[in-house]
Amino acid sequence: MEHAILRVTTKIFFAPIILYALYVQFHGDYGPGGGFQAGIIFAVAFILHAFCFGLEETKKALPQRALIVAMVVGLLFYAGTGVATMLLGGNLLAYDVIVPGSAHNAGQHYGILLVEWGVGVTVASTMLTIFYHFTGREPDIDQEDW
Amino acid sequence: MSDFTAHISPIVLLDVSLLTMLIIVAFAMLRSRHLFAVVMLSGIFSLLSAAFFVSLDAVDVAFTEAAVGAGISTVLMLGGMLLTARREKPAAKGRAPVALAVVLATGAALIYATTDMPAFGDPNSPANSYVGQLYVEKTPNDIAVPNIVTAVLASYRGFDTLGEVMVIFTAGIAVILLLGAGSGRGGRKVADRAVSGQEGSGHDSSDHETSDKGGK
Repeated sequence: MEHAILRVTTKIFFAPIILYALYVQFHGDYGPGGGFQAGIIFAVAFILHAFCFGLEETKKALPQRALIVAMVVGLLFYAGTGVATMLLGGNLLAYDVIVPGSAHNAGQHYGILLVEWGVGVTVASTMLTIFYHFTGREPDIDQEDW
Repeated sequence: MSDFTAHISPIVLLDVSLLTMLIIVAFAMLRSRHLFAVVMLSGIFSLLSAAFFVSLDAVDVAFTEAAVGAGISTVLMLGGMLLTARREKPAAKGRAPVALAVVLATGAALIYATTDMPAFGDPNSPANSYVGQLYVEKTPNDIAVPNIVTAVLASYRGFDTLGEVMVIFTAGIAVILLLGAGSGRGGRKVADRAVSGQEGSGHDSSDHETSDKGGK
């Protein structure tokens, strides 16, 4: 079996990277990070997987069809939060109406969490989509260019 | 307004060494014709600038730079590099005096402009005075999250961020449309002329190059 050390290392690191992405995602209110960074870290875990096991294996684990759905769902999640605040009687993305009359700005906390989740889903799926499409192409290089 | 003087501390040494390394890496990228080395150096450049952002107390920006610049961009550039040549073609001889003059004039103007900039960390600088100060003052009461950057990004400027997410979404859609074979629903795969042409004739490869340029 080729590259046994790399494969074992990837398998060990895969879950902690995903866990770290979720930490960055949901801890963005309290420390550095947020949806953008978490989405990238989530995508990086799968890119590492693709480097070690091949793109086809990664596409079996996380198919392109699911990524396109995730891209749309993430964006609609963000926009939908804005529409929901409008339906609740506030302005677009004015989160205070989610939990009206809260002394601790609970509405803002929920709103930021929802919106950041939409950002994270869209960024992760878009980055993986771009990666899939670039690395999925077959190279066509002249011999003298090597 | 102007009685603020920047605090000089041993951190300045760190900043100077980081900036020096950034310049060295930039010149190494300029000199190298080996594309793999250039991609790796650009990753190092991003990591160094991330360290510099940490030194400027902009941890959110540093985090993004490390994840996007040093991580994803390097991977995508490697993926793009695999589709093209490994070495940059040698540039045409000649110094291009007009370009050199333009670059020197722009650089001189930028350096001249830095003399008018506020001191580093000046609380009275325009960037820190008006709306920035308002965010710092209002966030504990309005939003009540400890990270003011998140409060500005997701709440005060939530509509801006929605636009940013749309930009990323559009980028993904554009890549699918330009490079994707078949539709996202798994439609019939469209044979790429440049790839399907196994003869590798000159016409096919040039066709491929133009389509790649369109993708950028």
